Amino acid sequence: MSGTFLLDGQPVPFEPGQTILEAARAAGRYIPHLCWHPDFPPHGSCKLCIVKVAGRHVSGCAMPAKEGWEVESDTPEMNGERRALLQMLFVEGNHFCPSCEKSGDCQLQALAYDLEMLTPRFDHFFPDRPVDASHPEVLLDFNRCIYCELCVRASRDKDGKSVFALTNRGIHKHLVVNAESGRLADTDFAADDMAANICPVGVILHKRVGFAVAIGERTYDRAPIHEVAMRPEAASDD
Amino acid sequence: MIEQRKLRVATVSLAGCFGCHMSFLDIDEHLFELLERIEFDRSPLTDIKHCGPCDIGLVEGGVCNAENVHVLREFRANCRTLVALGACAINGGLPAQRNHLDIGACLDEVYRSRPGLARAQVPNDPELPLLLDKVHPIHEVVRVDYFLPGCPPSGEAIWKFLSDLVNGRTPRVTGPLLHFD
Ligand code: SF4
Ligand code: SF4
Ligand code: FES
Repeated sequence: MSGTFLLDGQPVPFEPGQTILEAARAAGRYIPHLCWHPDFPPHGSCKLCIVKVAGRHVSGCAMPAKEGWEVESDTPEMNGERRALLQMLFVEGNHFCPSCEKSGDCQLQALAYDLEMLTPRFDHFFPDRPVDASHPEVLLDFNRCIYCELCVRASRDKDGKSVFALTNRGIHKHLVVNAESGRLADTDFAADDMAANICPVGVILHKRVGFAVAIGERTYDRAPIHEVAMRPEAASDD
Repeated sequence: MIEQRKLRVATVSLAGCFGCHMSFLDIDEHLFELLERIEFDRSPLTDIKHCGPCDIGLVEGGVCNAENVHVLREFRANCRTLVALGACAINGGLPAQRNHLDIGACLDEVYRSRPGLARAQVPNDPELPLLLDKVHPIHEVVRVDYFLPGCPPSGEAIWKFLSDLVNGRTPRVTGPLLHFD
């Protein structure tokens, strides 16, 4: 059933089956997101799209819109929740932006800028996650993985290869490469696969182009993510 | 008009590279404006060795050895407002990239097993502070009032932050001034 709901007090129309996030985007309204991608069904893992409906927190990317709902998104409370989620993502991995090739093009970092995350707040885990430099064209730096499974989904559903998978649960969850050796070089992964070009953070990196664009002149150095993400071509590149 | 008391400011570089201090000097002629309102206590700029009661403490760098812990606690005890200045103070930064390695193995690699070292041994002069097994952001050791990210934060960001603070506003660095790199 189509209808209208209120997003931060402003009416947003929706088509049958549209989620809160999709309807908001169609109406030119931004709701933060990390694991959501227009080419895939909602994943619901990062919770950056968290909104409040009738006193309950729901994932905007997964929850179908309903007539008459009053949805709160860009409020101090919701942005505070989002900031805490970002802080947890930062301390769970090893995010040293000054030495990261993705810096300035990274969605996690850009959201942290947008939401004014100034401190990691929690104690760092400093996990040990060796990199995989075996592939001639692509480097995997697992230190920065946020487990959004965009690479898993792209490789399986678009490239037809299933190069990546998540394994284990909870704090032991991690990304693995589907090869006997566990090395990317021993798969049929290619640099023009969708999976090679979808990581929102600095895990799946093309070799030899890391600093082709200088720090300070990159995507989110020039415009904040709430603008970049609303550009028509935005969602499928970084 | 009664002349205002100058705010006392202490600064230190713990496990940092002095880059944040260099960036602080990059506020250029604003330094004159600032010096109308502040005076320095302990700082590499004054060479005062211990921190007295201060209004603002700026801490560059994370905590990598026992001396860093003592100095940081001295700052917290003396500074009404303590600021983590730059990436290393905020998340450990570059020095913390050793955190997933065993510290003994690190020392061994650097001081003993490299080829070409004469009488290779790990330095053990009693004057050298003992290393911690991990490098910590300063908020893991003391309470921190404000954080100014950047590697280093730009002179502009530092100026915006300090002028807010000195003028009694909540310091706020946003938009293009907010950078982690
Ligand atoms: S992946 Fe993003 S947040 Fe993590 S270190 Fe790289 S730029 Fe920073
Ligand atoms: S490697 Fe990148 S795309 Fe894949 S799960 Fe990790 S963060 Fe997501
Ligand atoms: S964008 Fe909705 S849970 Fe990640």
